Amino acid sequence: MSALRYTRTALWLHWLMALLLLVLFAVGLYMVDLPLSPQKLKIYSWHKWAGVTAFLLVLLRLAWRIGHPAPALPPAMPAWQKSAAHGMHHLLYLLMIAIPLSGWLMSSAKGFQTVYFGVLPLPDLVSKNKEIGETLGEVHEILANGLALLVAAHIAAALKHHFLDRDDVLSRMLPFLARQR
Amino acid sequence: MRLLNKLTHGAVWLTFWAVVFLSPANAAEFGTLQADKSSLTFVSKQMGVPMDGRFRKFSANIVFDTAKPTTASARFELDLASVDAGSSEADSEVIGKPWFNVKSFPTATFVSSAVRPLGGDRFELSGKLTIKGKTQDLVAPFTFRQENNSGVFAGSFVIKRLDFAVGDGIWSDVATVANEVQIKFHLVATATRK
Repeated sequence: MSALRYTRTALWLHWLMALLLLVLFAVGLYMVDLPLSPQKLKIYSWHKWAGVTAFLLVLLRLAWRIGHPAPALPPAMPAWQKSAAHGMHHLLYLLMIAIPLSGWLMSSAKGFQTVYFGVLPLPDLVSKNKEIGETLGEVHEILANGLALLVAAHIAAALKHHFLDRDDVLSRMLPFLARQR
Repeated sequence: MRLLNKLTHGAVWLTFWAVVFLSPANAAEFGTLQADKSSLTFVSKQMGVPMDGRFRKFSANIVFDTAKPTTASARFELDLASVDAGSSEADSEVIGKPWFNVKSFPTATFVSSAVRPLGGDRFELSGKLTIKGKTQDLVAPFTFRQENNSGVFAGSFVIKRLDFAVGDGIWSDVATVANEVQIKFHLVATATRK
């Protein structure tokens, strides 16, 4: 089967997560340097709750993706580009899982349990430990910066396909851009 | 004759054990706090998440006679700057002006006024708690148990931080940091007199 676009569900999950991750990244950058205040505690809690949501969404997305393969890449694409594209998508998924996990573990190690929307406590998988907490904090930051770079490359590649190669790679995820054939 | 002998023998032993068990000599008075075995911890809620904290430095004068618990008295002094609020950022925050303001109010004190037996090993302590210059009546249940030469007093109670103006200004929003703070004490005192 060579569908020309992703399923509607895949489209929704992709763009919802794109928005969520953008907000999470921006809020994360902003909140770390705030002086301690009730506002800071609230922002941290919302960042954690949104992060848990992103984690759940990526699992849902992976499950959907396994059941619904991506539409084929353009036949004209060189093999190395296809490999690079596959590698890139694996990395994106890996980071989308690793980043919320590192945040969750960091919270536990720093002694701030994550309670989803203030209602559902997530288990502390590591016990409180200052050094581990700080290390996980750095890991979380490095991975998030890494994802930001990958996303930039991902967007650049999509735009390159659309405007330079003039193929339907981008329109698979944005069907309204599909060219008339 | 034999029967009388037996009865006398029995009576002597009964008296002996009665003396051993019932004499005030078996009651003990506890007073000297063993700081290394005692703890004073608290749980506050931040955005609905319980956070553990503790105080590293406190002293107590306890007089607790197991034979006369109602005459017991206690006086606590707590060094507020010795707080461990869970992170260095939180520690430096809570000693500051909106919270404990340790520069002006370095110590919190509790002075007991009465101890009431609740039956068994349970008691109720009443008194006045002063934090940040504000005094409130406090009633806290506790248990007492004797371990070798030590007496262990354990209990917990809940105070409202805003009753003591702890965390005022922007922090008075109790949706972020709850008003209720649970305080748990585990105090080990050695016998002062037997």
